[in-house]
Amino acid sequence: MTSTASRGTRVIGALALVGLVVTVVMGLTLPLTEEQLEYSRLIAIHPAIAWCAYLAFFVTALGSALYLWKSTRAPLWDHVAVASAEVGVVFTALTLVTGSIWGRPTWGVWWVWDARLTTTALMFVLYLGYLAVRRVPAAPDVRATRAAVVGLLAAVVVPINHYTVEWWRTLHQGESLAPGTLDGRFKVAMLVGFLAMTLAYAWLLVHRMRVERLEERLESEGLDLAIAERQAEAVAP
Amino acid sequence: MWRDAMVIAGRDLRIERRSRVVTNQVLPFALLVIVLFAFALDPDRGVLDRAAAGLFWLAVLFSALLAIQRSFAIEATDEARDGLRLSGLDPAGIFLGKALAVAAQLVVLEVVLTAGIAVLYGSELRGPLLLAATALLATIGLAAAGTIYGVLAAGLRVRETLLPLLVLPVVAPVLLASTRAWEAGLQGVPGEGWSWLRILGVFAVTYVAVGIAAFGTLLEDA
Amino acid sequence: MSYVLAGYGVSFVVLGGYAVRVIRRGRALARALPPEPSPPAWP
Repeated sequence: MTSTASRGTRVIGALALVGLVVTVVMGLTLPLTEEQLEYSRLIAIHPAIAWCAYLAFFVTALGSALYLWKSTRAPLWDHVAVASAEVGVVFTALTLVTGSIWGRPTWGVWWVWDARLTTTALMFVLYLGYLAVRRVPAAPDVRATRAAVVGLLAAVVVPINHYTVEWWRTLHQGESLAPGTLDGRFKVAMLVGFLAMTLAYAWLLVHRMRVERLEERLESEGLDLAIAERQAEAVAP
Repeated sequence: MWRDAMVIAGRDLRIERRSRVVTNQVLPFALLVIVLFAFALDPDRGVLDRAAAGLFWLAVLFSALLAIQRSFAIEATDEARDGLRLSGLDPAGIFLGKALAVAAQLVVLEVVLTAGIAVLYGSELRGPLLLAATALLATIGLAAAGTIYGVLAAGLRVRETLLPLLVLPVVAPVLLASTRAWEAGLQGVPGEGWSWLRILGVFAVTYVAVGIAAFGTLLEDA
Repeated sequence: MSYVLAGYGVSFVVLGGYAVRVIRRGRALARALPPEPSPPAWP
């Protein structure tokens, strides 16, 4: 085995790549709008990236729960949780960045303290906290349990944060999936973006999970391997 | 469960009475934070008075982090945490006990800090009922959430840097809600402030429940 | 238009860069370790 690829990932990867190319082409050729000129072209990728960030977060919480539940406990769920968290951090950071880039020309500022942005920023930090806990050196099962508690708790934190901040303020674009508020082409581009990004997330997730499994094997077998190699060297004439 | 909680809370508070770490270190730190805010915000420009509620709760938050660290530092001495695990005490009781002790210490801190902002920022303590109710609910929530993450971070060498990263995003709603409520109270319009107590209540109930449910798991392998 | 391009650009550069990192790490580890003893932990 020379890589973490497989037929499954090659299929998903190819589909994702095609999807992303289509998304970009569709997105960049969307018509100008009155309210937002060309900036609404970001609709093809920003909501999709945000969706993946929240999906990844949910998957991490789910993996954490399945790991903590004794009858389903298995290294698989720990790997799902941590891989999804890392991929999720990337998507969350991108959500914030693309959101900010979209906001600057349309709202005039790089950042506003509305419910969605603020919750996303908090979620970003929660991810970082999860990853920090997961990376503390310990036996794999101790490490996994500890991280799983944090991962599962985070799922409680996000809704509480969200409702609190929402009560505090709201400015973000009103639900853009409301029928009729958007020209058909925008909706299609957004949908294609959703599909393509989700495939990309899945592809990244599987690869990252396999890397995690390899890392764990390296930890446990790596030392034995090195010793065996040295012994082989010593014996050879 | 409650009996074990009282045992633990009593022990923690007795340790504090003997060592006086919170009174001699955390309390001065809290007051120092209040003073530093004044340096940062220039009292002559009128910002300080308007920001008093927020600054108060920020000071409480930062002090709470220290109080939680301390709560678990006393366990780390001579493997006392293994002692907790093996003692046969109900883990939920241990959670409640430690959270209660932290809450008690926080209440003392808050009383002193309230005097602090009254004196240093010239805040008029209007709406005292609202202020007190807010502080009570907020403290329970802070202590509960903090204790849960505290035990997680407790055994780790990186706990000093890890705990704030874990706890602060979690207690952000407490900061938000408490500050809004206190602003309303201090400005003499408590009516609007009371609605924020709902969030504080939900928060407190949620984390107390989570702590009771999860502490066993956390103690086992943290 | 530069904002739009910046948005698209950042997204794909970051995603692509992260993908490359994961794949590279996977290959390095896979080469360093013997094939997994069956049954595998998961597919």
